[in-house]
Amino acid sequence: MHPSAATELLHHILDFLPSPVFAVTLILLKIGLIVLPLMGAVAYLTLVERKVIGYMQVRLGPNRVTFFGIKILGGFGQPIADALKLLTKEIIVPTGASTFLFLVAPIVALVPALAAWAVVPFGGELVLSNINAGLLYVLALTSLGVYGIIIAGWASNSKYAFLGAMRSAAQIVSYEIAMGFALVGVLIASHSLNLGQIVEAQRGNVFTWFWLPLFPLFLIYFISGVAETNRAPFDVSEGESEIVAGFHVEYAGMGFALFFLAEYANMILISALTSVMFFGGWMSPLPASLAITPVIGTLLGDGIHWFVFKIFFFLFCFLWFRATFPRYRYDQIMRLGWKVFLPITIVWLVVVATLVILHVPPWFDAT
Amino acid sequence: MTLNFGPQHPAAHGVLRLVLEMDGEVIERADPHIGLLHRATEKLAESKPFNQSIGYMDRLDYVSMMCNEHAYVLAIERLLGVTPPVRAQYIRVMFDEITRVLNHLMWLGAHGLDIGAMTVFLYCFREREDLMDCYEAVSGTRMHATYYRPGGVYRDLPDRMPQYQVTKWRSEKEAHALNQNRTGSMLDFIDDFVTRFPACVDEYETLLTDNRIWKQRTVDIGIVTPARALALGFTGPMLRGSGIAWDLRKKQPYEIYADLDFDIPVGVNGDCYDRYLVRIEEMRQSARLIKQCVNWLRANPGPVMIDDHKLTPPNRGDMKGDMESLIHHFKLFTEGYCVPAGEVYAAVEHPKGEFGIYLVSDGANKPYRLKARAPGFAHLSAMNEMVAGHMLADVVAVIGTMDVVFGEIDR
Repeated sequence: MHPSAATELLHHILDFLPSPVFAVTLILLKIGLIVLPLMGAVAYLTLVERKVIGYMQVRLGPNRVTFFGIKILGGFGQPIADALKLLTKEIIVPTGASTFLFLVAPIVALVPALAAWAVVPFGGELVLSNINAGLLYVLALTSLGVYGIIIAGWASNSKYAFLGAMRSAAQIVSYEIAMGFALVGVLIASHSLNLGQIVEAQRGNVFTWFWLPLFPLFLIYFISGVAETNRAPFDVSEGESEIVAGFHVEYAGMGFALFFLAEYANMILISALTSVMFFGGWMSPLPASLAITPVIGTLLGDGIHWFVFKIFFFLFCFLWFRATFPRYRYDQIMRLGWKVFLPITIVWLVVVATLVILHVPPWFDAT
Repeated sequence: MTLNFGPQHPAAHGVLRLVLEMDGEVIERADPHIGLLHRATEKLAESKPFNQSIGYMDRLDYVSMMCNEHAYVLAIERLLGVTPPVRAQYIRVMFDEITRVLNHLMWLGAHGLDIGAMTVFLYCFREREDLMDCYEAVSGTRMHATYYRPGGVYRDLPDRMPQYQVTKWRSEKEAHALNQNRTGSMLDFIDDFVTRFPACVDEYETLLTDNRIWKQRTVDIGIVTPARALALGFTGPMLRGSGIAWDLRKKQPYEIYADLDFDIPVGVNGDCYDRYLVRIEEMRQSARLIKQCVNWLRANPGPVMIDDHKLTPPNRGDMKGDMESLIHHFKLFTEGYCVPAGEVYAAVEHPKGEFGIYLVSDGANKPYRLKARAPGFAHLSAMNEMVAGHMLADVVAVIGTMDVVFGEIDR
């Protein structure tokens, strides 16, 4: 159903409500429609991760917890079992910890990861908040998540957690700038900060998507995204074998679960943003003429399913990296950010600006 | 900042406790504390007949079990002045090299895991599984074999490799696929293993050797100059990584190493990366050695124990009809045997370095004193020197490159 038609229908059902209440209800409904599937996706992303990495490592991954004893669903109950276990565990606040900050930190980590979805366009009109400063909003929110980590590390009163927080702080200053510059490239190329319009600016075919003219920026954005979500090979603030679990070493039960959720929600977010900004968001890679094919036309044409597919591809890359690479040392990440990424982005910004000014087809001839 | 690293730490390789004094993340001083796995092996050996301590030797360095036994058994044999049959010597060398591969696979997996490369660990364990099966086939246990005995090895290699059974979880097809290389004798299985093993090593190398992150994490980390390596008492890959071609298998050949053809890899810079390359190449050389042993063992059947029932158990059948054999059996398993008074030091090229047993006998049926020279102890002593000035993440890389196992350090 078209989104505006759905809104019409809701108007009919809820017309007894005064209009401000209706507006709020509508927004809450939309938020629910985004957050609930997102939470489900996060839960099952953990399963996908364990399965994918399992198969990469010649083992099976979780295959015991199932529904109603159906063998083929082996492992599908695992995320639910994990969630139940974490929910029922005791929340331990370490001695000497700053209790308020200790409890607030996981929330600070999770909220931006969810809030950023407000401006992500799922389709032409499928967006919660179609604001013109979308890109800035995303940049601001994705950087906020790190405060959760820093606060957690500081509030835990543990040296390992503190080292994790310090590493995280050192890490963010080094890749955030390169990431910002990569997005400036997108801004120059699309003439817009609105994520919907950024996707529209890429309309055409696979080769008019921004990954081609902005290829170095795409790579840098995605790698910085991996760094921002603290995933391997940039998981220094967690650093399993060095600082045990880094910033969340003192967290148990739901506190730990929230950090976990935040990490995975962030992974999905980064994948979504990469597809929006460099891979044409919801656009189909197939020629537009196929979209009028009967029956399967909707599948071949533009639509949210392409967006989901692209997100899934980038998520797979996240898992792939984790199974393949050793971990960087944190000073090496800083070197990578400052001495490699930053110069490349600046050079490529000049290249992109030149391309735009010269109206180089097929990307920039329309403007 | 003072950081207490371990003994409960994922990179502590057992029970290492390090007290690190740091400036930010830069290490100023590292103080390793040992003794958390002390089991008084040396003292225990003084209170029981010689043969009963062989099993304790397995538990010293519990990832290279048979090599520990080897040093102990060699020490007893030297005091007794006996030489095991040639076939037993070949079997021992073959299992020493299998053990070396086992140890290096464990080291590679753990080192990779320490530096964050998770997958190598599971790849290594896939191959370890096959070698563990060899241990099991020959001795009945997967780790603590107690297979070497003074005068030879406990029994000859089995003619048939044990096979996977069909179970509730394993279908006939899966079992059949798993049993593909287990249809023949154990030597066939080992032969098959060493044929495919170099390709497996290539696989690990694909993930690590040219990986930029791996190189950034290991090159120029924990450099030890040749002079310092000698002064610190390094042996094994730690010494060879610094460029000194010292290997007891070449320099003081024991058993039949002198007849075998193999090379000693050495490093150039003495950093973690060179030691990594040395150990990888040692795995390839071990496969080569195992192959030579397999070929010889196939062609030359024969006894695997000396025929002196003061030292080795008599044939089970003889015991039923022969009084003397029964007495020998009873004496051997209660009192053991007496070893002439004297002292001896026997060392083998253990996967981690020179593992030696210093044995003093007063002529009784138990050692007067037993001292194990564990290579890991000397390596761990160099911890402070190797990590000073590096960062916390490098400490983990250095612990990994030392290949410490606390069973032998704490004893």
